[in-house]
Amino acid sequence: MNERKWWPVLALTLLVVASAFPFYWAILASFTPEARLFQGPSLVPGHLVLDHYRALFTQRNFWVPIRNSLIVAGSTTAFCVGVGSLCAYALARLQFRGKLALLGFILAVGMFPQISVVSPLYMLLRSLRLINTYPGLILPYFTFAMPLTVWLLVGFFRQLPAELEEAAMVDGASRLRAFAEVIVPLALPGLATTAILTFVYSWNEFLFALSFTLGPERQTVPVAIALFRGMYQVPWGQILAAAVVATAPVTLLVLAFQRRIVQGLTAGAVKG
Amino acid sequence: MASVRLEGVKKTYPNGHVAAQGLDLQINDGEFMVLVGPSGCGKSTALRMIAGLETPTGGRILIGDRDVTVLPPQERDIAMVFQTYALYPHMTVRQNLGFGLRMRGAGREEIEQRVEQAGRALSLETVLDRKPAQLSGGQRQRVALGRAIVREPKVFLFDEPLSNLDAKLRVETRAELARLHRRLRATVVYVTHDQEEAMTLGSRVAVMRDGFLQQVAPPMELYLRPANQFVAGFVGSPAMNFLPEKEVPSALNPRRATLGIRPHDIQIVAPGTGDENAYVELVESRGSEQLVYLCLRGNNQGPAIRVVAPPETRVAPEQTVGLGFDRERLHWFEPEGGRRVE
Amino acid sequence: MEAQEARLAWGLVLPALLTILLIALFPLVWTFWESLHLHDLRMPWLGRPFIGLTNYVDAVRDPRFIGALGHTLFFAVASVSLELVIGLWLALALNRAFKGRGLVRAAVLVPWAIPTVVSALLWRFMFEGQTGIVNAGLVSAGIIHEPIVWFIQAATAWVPVILADVWKTTPFVALLLLAGLQNIDTSLYEAARIDGASAWRQFRYVTLPLLKPAILVALIFRTLDAFRVFDLVYALTGGGPGTSTEPIALYTFNALLQNLQFGYGSALSVIVFVVTFALAMVYVRFLGADLTGARR
Repeated sequence: MNERKWWPVLALTLLVVASAFPFYWAILASFTPEARLFQGPSLVPGHLVLDHYRALFTQRNFWVPIRNSLIVAGSTTAFCVGVGSLCAYALARLQFRGKLALLGFILAVGMFPQISVVSPLYMLLRSLRLINTYPGLILPYFTFAMPLTVWLLVGFFRQLPAELEEAAMVDGASRLRAFAEVIVPLALPGLATTAILTFVYSWNEFLFALSFTLGPERQTVPVAIALFRGMYQVPWGQILAAAVVATAPVTLLVLAFQRRIVQGLTAGAVKG
Repeated sequence: MASVRLEGVKKTYPNGHVAAQGLDLQINDGEFMVLVGPSGCGKSTALRMIAGLETPTGGRILIGDRDVTVLPPQERDIAMVFQTYALYPHMTVRQNLGFGLRMRGAGREEIEQRVEQAGRALSLETVLDRKPAQLSGGQRQRVALGRAIVREPKVFLFDEPLSNLDAKLRVETRAELARLHRRLRATVVYVTHDQEEAMTLGSRVAVMRDGFLQQVAPPMELYLRPANQFVAGFVGSPAMNFLPEKEVPSALNPRRATLGIRPHDIQIVAPGTGDENAYVELVESRGSEQLVYLCLRGNNQGPAIRVVAPPETRVAPEQTVGLGFDRERLHWFEPEGGRRVE
Repeated sequence: MEAQEARLAWGLVLPALLTILLIALFPLVWTFWESLHLHDLRMPWLGRPFIGLTNYVDAVRDPRFIGALGHTLFFAVASVSLELVIGLWLALALNRAFKGRGLVRAAVLVPWAIPTVVSALLWRFMFEGQTGIVNAGLVSAGIIHEPIVWFIQAATAWVPVILADVWKTTPFVALLLLAGLQNIDTSLYEAARIDGASAWRQFRYVTLPLLKPAILVALIFRTLDAFRVFDLVYALTGGGPGTSTEPIALYTFNALLQNLQFGYGSALSVIVFVVTFALAMVYVRFLGADLTGARR
């Protein structure tokens, strides 16, 4: 089928260019002096400066939102993967009544539009004095992180042969011991993928972070960037520099684990 | 070692499927009991209930004198070899072998000693520190076996352990299993769908069908005196021939029944000189014997018969020949129900 | 023994379940309850009287809400159809290509991985001003004579919004469809070829029918997300010019946290929830059944 060979290559080249171009353009702009940003664009870099990056970390103290995002996303991931894996194991392997309904319920919750729970969560957090605190952000994050981890992990656990646990039980292990000694080591790749995906979703979350934080001390990266305000005009140079800095870690993470991530994303969704 | 007893064991699944219908079975200490039958007959379910991986919906299971019916597998002191071996992929052979002992709290020295011993007995010393993925099929099988042996359990359970091996390896491993059984004097419950395996390995064989036990007896008795038509047709290869609606030669109770006669118990003779005439369809030569396919009433008509004839017998397709039945080897079965008639 | 297993199972499930009940279900119930009251934090002296379904009636009569509903529908239809078509084309291409899988996968994943607000800002920058790269490109290619001020009019403001959404999520759709494509047995194509089917017919009679489940999954996922769109519009147009690109989630947000109309905003929240949930039920009904597996 040689005469057909060219169009996939064309399509994919277009894909790569289209995906990469906005990034290229943003990175280029982040190194361009503010004055020249809107003079007339050139695709090739001219004079490059580090002004914007320097301003980010000195004037705007961009370390703070980065720290906040790390703490919030990290804690959410740790808790949800831990608690969610136990729940997912029960759903994947144990027989009990109401299993199907429970899984359906958990998934349905994952589909709640966030906007529908924002105001009561706000009132709840306010009465617990958790507005503008770390727990005040981590707790609401469970609404989407928990269903996500449970769904992904149920898929991963089901891929493991049931006979392994049976062999372990016959060998004398209780269910929980079989889980710890046999299932968990084998499910590590799945657990890692789930952790990565949960971390990415938590890092990128915007609405809750916007609603439940009050100031720069606790704002996460997406909120900080979206709320950049300049004195006279929109500080595009700094915004784009912040964008580059904000997305670099997640991008590297994703590039390093791309195969796993793709597997995780598509395995649960499509059932041949 | 201990005995195993099933009393009225029933298993019905929530979706209505009945896998076991009141099984009563006694397996004696040191016996090699084979559960055999076509797929879906309930043999694997029965084995898993003995293991504790499934709970019976009725009846009792005893191991030794203990009623284990509701006990989980880890408390039954049994060992099981799975069809797919179920070796722990992330552990070395050594760790696989020692897992059960570790779960029961054995000391490190004891574990090491027993693992080394089992390794030697199964020729696995060289691969003790490899992972299952690096072993051959036969080696993996031996590790699965070793894992069971090392624990010195009361009962060994085997779930079709040879079906994943190629034919040659299967025969070799079969012999090794038999040798192992003699040496260990272990109580073994062994499930297979292969009747040849059942006949060669079992000290007694339980034939199952649709959740019922059809007959439990030593292999030879199954072969020579099958309790019903199903067992008669299941045991022995090539399968027994059945001729329905034959006049039973009995002065006491003349009636019609199904005649069963094995291919080995029929002789090819000149037409008209035997008990029946038949039309030869096909002759397969196997070197040591010939397998002859015939039809009783002419080309493609009447019941099909198979005869195993010695190599020197002259027979060719499209011939009509006579069949002589060995009078000592006739089996009669009721027309309905297929039970054996004396 | 089976009772024991059930007990263990519920023990394992309980922490996750309790968390979800507290954090998700309870707030949702509160929202329902709140929506039946008048509760305007700008006018605390009015108290919080029960007014039944008045908020909902107001919502249906609220031109800004109807507008928002329309915007959301338009956005969903436009972006989802584009994403499906382009995604399918990409999936077909990815299925054929053998080289550069890693590079392509990376190109596909990185837009998905960045925060939506960041991607919104990237696109805003490209469409911004007279000399943004898009305007510069269009002018120098001769497609337009004067640079367009994209964000002044509703019609043109939608362009970057839809483009940004397509850019960010088409790769995900392509991945889903690719997985579905790879599950199709290649021998079916060979049989079709032997039967004399052209490439188009093979696509129509082999590929499309067998890809239906994957397309359905992608469709439902993306439609749900499109109805809930918030981050993208907030950072790209702020709902503007005026409120002409404001989707329902953004209007609800404004009503709640800017105008502090908690009662009314809650009613809007409920409407958003009901619409989204109806769609989600379709998903769970069609595909959820085989997630736990019937027997084991």
